Amino acid sequence: MLYWLWLVPAVPFAGFLILVLAGRRLGRAGTAVVGVGSIAVATAIAFAIVPPFLALPGPDRVFTQTLWTWMRIGDFTPTVGLRLDALSLVMMLVVTGVSVLIHLYSSAFMDGDEGYARFFSYMNLFVGSMLVLVLADNLLLLYLGWEGVGLCSYLLIGFWYRDPVNANAGRKAFIVTRVGDTALAIGLFLIATHLGTLDIQLLMARAAAAWAPGSALPIAAAALLLGGAVGKSAQLPLQTWLPDAMAGPTPVSALIHAATMVTAGVYLIARTHVLFALAPPVQFAVAVVGAATLLLAGCSALTQRDIKRVLAYSTISQIGYMFLALGVGAWSAAIFHFMTHAFFKALLFLGAGVVIIEMHEEHDMFEMGGLRRDLPVTFWTFLIGSASLAAVPLVTAGFYSKDLILFDTWSSAAGGPWLWLAGLVGALLTSLYTFRMVFVTFFGERHRAPAGRAGWRMTLPLVVLAVLAIVAGFVELPPTLGDKPYFTGFLLPVLPAVAAIPARALDLGRLQIAAGLVSLAGIYVSWLLYGGRRATVTALMRHPSALVTRRFWFAGWGFDWLYDHVFVRPVVWFAFADRHDVVDRIYDGLAWSSRAGWRALSATETGRIRAYAAGVTIGAIIITTIVIWT
Amino acid sequence: MGAVPLAHGLVVAALLFGLGLLGVLVRRNLIFILLSIEVMLNAAGLAFVIAGARWGQADGQVMFLFILATAAAEVAVGLALALQFYRRLGSLDADAAAALRG
Amino acid sequence: MPATFYAAAVVAVAATALAISRKNAVHGLLYLIVSLLAVALMFFAVGAEFVAALEVIIYAGAIMVLFVFVMMLLNLGPQSVAQERRWLPRRIWAGPLVLTAVLIAELIYGLASAGPTPAGAAIATAIDPLHVGVALFGPYAAAVEIASMLLLAGLIGAYHLGRSPGERS
Repeated sequence: MLYWLWLVPAVPFAGFLILVLAGRRLGRAGTAVVGVGSIAVATAIAFAIVPPFLALPGPDRVFTQTLWTWMRIGDFTPTVGLRLDALSLVMMLVVTGVSVLIHLYSSAFMDGDEGYARFFSYMNLFVGSMLVLVLADNLLLLYLGWEGVGLCSYLLIGFWYRDPVNANAGRKAFIVTRVGDTALAIGLFLIATHLGTLDIQLLMARAAAAWAPGSALPIAAAALLLGGAVGKSAQLPLQTWLPDAMAGPTPVSALIHAATMVTAGVYLIARTHVLFALAPPVQFAVAVVGAATLLLAGCSALTQRDIKRVLAYSTISQIGYMFLALGVGAWSAAIFHFMTHAFFKALLFLGAGVVIIEMHEEHDMFEMGGLRRDLPVTFWTFLIGSASLAAVPLVTAGFYSKDLILFDTWSSAAGGPWLWLAGLVGALLTSLYTFRMVFVTFFGERHRAPAGRAGWRMTLPLVVLAVLAIVAGFVELPPTLGDKPYFTGFLLPVLPAVAAIPARALDLGRLQIAAGLVSLAGIYVSWLLYGGRRATVTALMRHPSALVTRRFWFAGWGFDWLYDHVFVRPVVWFAFADRHDVVDRIYDGLAWSSRAGWRALSATETGRIRAYAAGVTIGAIIITTIVIWT
Repeated sequence: MGAVPLAHGLVVAALLFGLGLLGVLVRRNLIFILLSIEVMLNAAGLAFVIAGARWGQADGQVMFLFILATAAAEVAVGLALALQFYRRLGSLDADAAAALRG
Repeated sequence: MPATFYAAAVVAVAATALAISRKNAVHGLLYLIVSLLAVALMFFAVGAEFVAALEVIIYAGAIMVLFVFVMMLLNLGPQSVAQERRWLPRRIWAGPLVLTAVLIAELIYGLASAGPTPAGAAIATAIDPLHVGVALFGPYAAAVEIASMLLLAGLIGAYHLGRSPGERS
């Protein structure tokens, strides 16, 4: 059964091929069957693999499957090999599980779109690439999956490419992530050159043996990998593409830009955690990046009007939490938060998709309102997702994962009170903007009637994800609440535990109370501000400094403006100034001189025999002259 | 019986050759061009025969025979071409066949 | 027989000059026959009787007859003489004359300045046909074969080229 592992990424690829080659002939129903079915089969296989995997002996269960050797260049023999361990198993299950729900949802959401088959072919390609990414046993194959998901992200953001705005958003996402991907590629070259392998386990063993902690090489390698992770996971300073990526269809945002692809950076860092542990400055940078991103994105999320952009900034902010966890060495906490986030953020995006469809493609929350009676299923599931995102204590999955991150940040030797404080403020912001979104969308005045288009295929995934958004947290109960750390225990063979300072670990109870209170306080404040007639907010917004701040945050702290002025415009200016390429002059000159030579020579071709004979005679004279006078 | 210096014989050959060349350069009539080529071939043969006589060898005359054969083949093909030329272009003007102009 | 040689040489050069400058092709052809006969006489004067005979029979005979046949086929009348007059204005001679004069001058200079050894005399000793035949079918047998192939190719080529445009074999 374990040997079926290769089928997990292969089935979505097969679905992609079928849809690409025969998509037009399949019809709508056929496309949906192939598109959703292939993912369902892959998911079924992925879950069927779990029991035999758990039956493997030993605490560090590992199953590797080498499919073939990719290329053989001297000692450098990267294989196409899959590696299933606790970490990749969790990733695989989350990816396939969320994917199948989102695909089912998409089959209804995209109904009536002329690119139905194209959409599912891209989505299948994406799922296949993502599975290659998480299952790869070496960094080269991981990089293939990494670029594959990037390509699908580009294709799906610009899915409705007839609108130039969408196409530009796709390009922006592709180019900005390309910055990080370039860093990642250089990092891979560095590692391959110095360690002679890209096999992840071998690489980590060799790195730990060959490189001293804190020396230059691991710092450079880890920093370059971090660059790749930052680009893919939309962290500071490469976060600007994700809000614009909301131009894609909503299921795409749910699958790619919330649940799976954007967390690839988190996975990469967790996968190569040995490298980061060898480079403490970089690891600290990861934490700082995470903390800064979660605060900045949280502030921006507070000011958005577009429901999807709120969720986009929220995603950036939540991935910031994961980076914070990675930065303090709480590897499994990051993966735990990845999992719960995948559930509740996919749920929120899908809920938002329902709302948008019911509101006739309206994205502005302030044009909605009062939907809780019209869309009860959506409202309750969305509420559960929001509660999970806001980390409402005890009952939601988000509480357990975020609480673990905050606690580890506080207690870890690599963390500290300041990072913890950033996380706590971020938690306040999270519950503020989340429930601002809930109150504005579902409460208050009703602006327009819903279209009533959402069928069971759209609500079923919502319900399933809502259940997961609650129960997924119970796999990791902190010491104060039952002390059942199944999740971290399961990941322990792959991801080591946090190096905690014992004295700080005693503060757990107090920290949890603080976090819970902050979450509830955020909800209460947002009820005060947005629950009723919003008089306070309106008054607050009149203040000039508030206005300026709001504008600044709305624009994502001006990063777009900054990059536009620092990078885009100079490049565009230079390209315009050099539109008649200087280097081209040389080649133009070559072309001109050969054309002139052609003209001169072709003038001698008169077509007259006598002229040719005269030429021969002149040649004879010259040769005779040479013969006689030399 | 006196002897003709080799140089004199070769000078005569050179003169004949030059006249043939002049004819090729000047005439536009294809028949005259062919005729001039005959003169040049003949001059070359003369040079061979004179040189062969100078050394008392038969090779010069053998070469003349080959030139004769070449001239015969050349004239046959050349005159056939001239006939075809006249049929197609209606004149023997060598300059009329300028389709190869660059 | 140097006197014969020089006399024949003068005739040959003069007849050739006239041959290439005639307006009427038939006249030019006749002058060329005179020139060829003179060259044959020169061959005879240096003792190459065999090639002298061949020069008369094949060059002045066969090849020139071929020319005459073609001219008959082309039916060149008085209008072609007028045409030649148009084609040959006086100024057209200048350039080719200079070129050929330079070439001939160079050749003569080269011959005059050559050392004594090659500039010996052409002994008027007869090289009889026997020697020529022995050389031809001895060391030069392969060349004879090649020449025969050349003649065959010339024959086929002339046959092919000489057909009327509409004619199919």
